[in-house]
Amino acid sequence: MLLGLDFPGIDHIVKNRPIFSVGSFHFNKVGLICLIAGGLTLILFAIAGSRHALVPKGVQNVAEAGVDFIESGIVLEVIGESGLGWMPYLTSLFFFIFFCNIMEVIPLFQIPAPARMAIPLVLAMLTWVIFIGVGIKHQGAGYFKEALFPPGVPTALYILVTPIELLSTFIVRPFSLAVRLFANMLAGHILLVTFAVLTEALFRARWFLPISAVTFVAFVAFTAFEILVAVLQAYIFTILTAVYIGGAMHPEH
Amino acid sequence: MATPLGLTGPETAKAYAQISAGFAYGLAAIGPGIGIGYLVGQSVQAMARQPEAAGMVRTTMFLGIAFTEALALIGFVVFILLKFA
Repeated sequence: MLLGLDFPGIDHIVKNRPIFSVGSFHFNKVGLICLIAGGLTLILFAIAGSRHALVPKGVQNVAEAGVDFIESGIVLEVIGESGLGWMPYLTSLFFFIFFCNIMEVIPLFQIPAPARMAIPLVLAMLTWVIFIGVGIKHQGAGYFKEALFPPGVPTALYILVTPIELLSTFIVRPFSLAVRLFANMLAGHILLVTFAVLTEALFRARWFLPISAVTFVAFVAFTAFEILVAVLQAYIFTILTAVYIGGAMHPEH
Repeated sequence: MATPLGLTGPETAKAYAQISAGFAYGLAAIGPGIGIGYLVGQSVQAMARQPEAAGMVRTTMFLGIAFTEALALIGFVVFILLKFA
């Protein structure tokens, strides 16, 4: 009975039926989650920004704590004073990814939007364009010379160093940034699906009923763990974006 | 043609993909597992020795974890591709 457990296929786990379609354009749950996450970020800061209470409470408190965390924990620590101009982008990035991720544990949604590759890929490409743009703005064409031909390396070694730098800075960076968020959220989603399906199957199999209590406790524990992962991944994506922008701003010599 | 698994035809490729999917993730998890363990252990030691530098160490630790973890995650993606694609 249990060995014949019919585990849902990958299509069943991550593909959603479109809510509505216009021609070949389909709008599904992941699209809805993205819109809601963007809307929540907007509403959060619109409400918090419209109040100027000296002693913050409620929504303003959340927004101020978030901004403070990103300012002192990410921007000042990684980029420094000159990075304060990137605060709005990094703050909205953090909150958007967090709201996308947290949908993983919210009933009825129950899928993190980054579990579809498209969302982290677009965010990573945005970061990619921004850090190259910042590099060109601050160092001109010298940015590419700096990145591809790091100073202090013997000339003969450039045959080896330049292709590696080209690959690691301009290709692997956005790829790993996207894959990190995607794989973490997909793995978490599959983990939760596994325990939910397992608990249900054990509950139905007469003799395994006591074991289903164990898997249910594990399911609850993993849900709590996934909330932690949702915050952590939003933090890591934001801090890596800050590191890349900071690296493009200040040449390393 | 005899194959190590005793399978013939289109089944062979599928069977190998299923088997290597398990190996792909299992092997990819070894290195990053050791790496993250060492990294966090050293960070805890640094924080215990110099608690006033804890904030800086923690930021660097998360960065290090993110880079190390990427290898395991690529292994996970390869697993998904082999198993389901």
